[in-house]
Amino acid sequence: MSEQTLEIPCNIPADAVNPVEPFLRMDRMPHIWCPGCGIGTTVNCFTRALIDSHANLDKVAIVSGIGCTGRVAGYANLDSFHTTHGRAIPFATGLKLANPELQVVVYSGDGDLFAIGGNHFIHAARRNMDLKVICVNNLTYAMTGGQTAPTTPSKVISATNPYGVFEPAFNLVALAEAAGASYVARWTTFHVKQLSRSMEEVLRKKGFCFIEVISPCPTLYQRRNKMGDGLDTMKYYKQASKIRHGAPTAECDLTKSGEIVVGKFVDRDRPSYFEMLNSQMTETLGDRYAEPEVMCEQC
Amino acid sequence: MEDELAASITIQGAVWGGAKAFTVTSGPGFSLMMEHIGYAAMTETPCVFVDVQRGGPSTGLPTLPAQADMMQARWGSHGDYGIIALCPNSPQECFDLAITAFNLSEEFRVPVMLMLDECVGHMTEKVIIPDAAAIDVYPRRFTHLPPGEFRLFEPREDKVPDMVRAGDGYRFHVTGLTHDERGYPSMNVDTQRSSVTRLLEKLQPFTGERALSETADLEDAEVVVVSYGITSRVAQRAIDLARQKGVRAGKFRIISAWPFPEKHIAALAPKVKAMVVPELNLGQMVHEVERAAAGRCKVRLVPHAGGTVHNPEAILKAILEAAE
Ligand SMILES: Cc1ncc(C[n+]2csc(CCOP(=O)(O)OP(=O)(O)O)c2C)c(N)n1
Ligand code: SF4
Ligand SMILES: [Mg+2]
Repeated sequence: MSEQTLEIPCNIPADAVNPVEPFLRMDRMPHIWCPGCGIGTTVNCFTRALIDSHANLDKVAIVSGIGCTGRVAGYANLDSFHTTHGRAIPFATGLKLANPELQVVVYSGDGDLFAIGGNHFIHAARRNMDLKVICVNNLTYAMTGGQTAPTTPSKVISATNPYGVFEPAFNLVALAEAAGASYVARWTTFHVKQLSRSMEEVLRKKGFCFIEVISPCPTLYQRRNKMGDGLDTMKYYKQASKIRHGAPTAECDLTKSGEIVVGKFVDRDRPSYFEMLNSQMTETLGDRYAEPEVMCEQC
Repeated sequence: MEDELAASITIQGAVWGGAKAFTVTSGPGFSLMMEHIGYAAMTETPCVFVDVQRGGPSTGLPTLPAQADMMQARWGSHGDYGIIALCPNSPQECFDLAITAFNLSEEFRVPVMLMLDECVGHMTEKVIIPDAAAIDVYPRRFTHLPPGEFRLFEPREDKVPDMVRAGDGYRFHVTGLTHDERGYPSMNVDTQRSSVTRLLEKLQPFTGERALSETADLEDAEVVVVSYGITSRVAQRAIDLARQKGVRAGKFRIISAWPFPEKHIAALAPKVKAMVVPELNLGQMVHEVERAAAGRCKVRLVPHAGGTVHNPEAILKAILEAAE
């Protein structure tokens, strides 16, 4: 530690509270994430988006799958669900259908949402289910030791490809657009302002929204690939990222150490699942159709 | 939904959103639902799974009957947990027990399996549907405690915790990890022991006083046919034929198969020569009958690999042999 570091003023008043504290379950701290991990940064952005969107937090629910990112639900001071591996989206779908007034956020990892859970992702996007899906893409299955995920770029060294990945990876933003998402953006954990703003934007937007956040896993991904620590990864994100709003998603593939195209790629209005349901049933049944009363006060 | 993996967890999202929910499947779909049956057990999510049993394993005999998922219904998800399983033998009972299944799922906060077989599933018979007002509905037991005082998995005296739903301001956390009474992950030996033990203990009443069954001709019976689902209707014919031949046969029809009604079988065993257990499988519930009878009477399986129902003569033969 240099002398310079020691000189950083740190007169924090005794009664100071970090503005994000009310959004977190402080009784669950410390969290499990490693030093330099990007997941906490994304949570910080998410809490800021909640603050800025003035959302009624009693009506925001968060659903995670399994993984390091899957632990986010457990730290958020919201109605929160830590479900099974890959199934956050169908759980969230049920929650939304039963209680449409809830704002349902799905917060999970790349392996969870696009390997074991990939099928649910494309179907929820196809239906334009009103879910806000935030994927922390650390390009690996982190929690289980850094195995190759469907997002791991070619040439990367992983626990299961010690001589380099040779399968092509999914381009998540292209996949989301092709499947029908109403909103698609990508940021890195370097882009905290833009990420918070994107998150705030999707909290206000109807339909299936998807934000991919490229995030470091220094413990298992960067270290194994000699890419340095969390800070080195921030420098790489800063230098390699190009903000290109509206870029064709097909041109946004990720490589091991090349350019990272970030920005908002898709922002369109498609009828939501509920709108399609109601319009089809009204067309067929006319007056005989009553919108489902799924909430049962007594049950 | 796109598949059975999705359906089996979507219903649970709906339950935590405040609705009642169920899903229906057969064969491979039931296998795909296993992880989420465990999730429902662990998170004490009241919901109903209907399995219309067909021959297996694998794709097996689509649309042909079997009763070979009985052990899977009880044990199919990993870990220690309990469920309730009900076996209707008619369309009327499918209706009635579906209501019972929802009620029990709310009362005990467990997944309840409604175990049909293809015959009962495709059967057409008269069904009397009562007025909605005449149907007993067990309401979800929402907590009366305010947020802050409420603990999501704090059991009442009956070992079952109260419920909440998302959106009501409780800011609760649900996880499939081993959790403490607050619902927070707590992965240690003590929490594991107390929570998993409670998941099983809360269902103890179904081994005895809460078990559902139908009995006939037990007073003087020397041989009792223990059966369930469609097989109980075939067995009835065999029982009648045996009585005509002078063998005092009786009926014990299992309606709640899990938890197994072991106290009833144990009480019956010393009073009879034998129990005959016809099943559309190669021996599943018969192991439970043997365990409960504990050597106090003979237990005789009448197996059938599935595809049709038994020939009543096969059951009759077993009754006559057992009576000797
Ligand atoms: C059905 C099932 N298969 C495998 C696992 C083990 N598992 C736990 S986390 C995980 C990978 C998570 O990867 P990702 O979603 O990318 O999250 P990260 O840890 O990288 O944030 C796996 C395979 C599991 N819990 N359930
Ligand atoms: S293993 Fe990787 S993703 Fe998981 S907490 Fe550590 S740095 Fe983060
Ligand atoms: Mg990952």
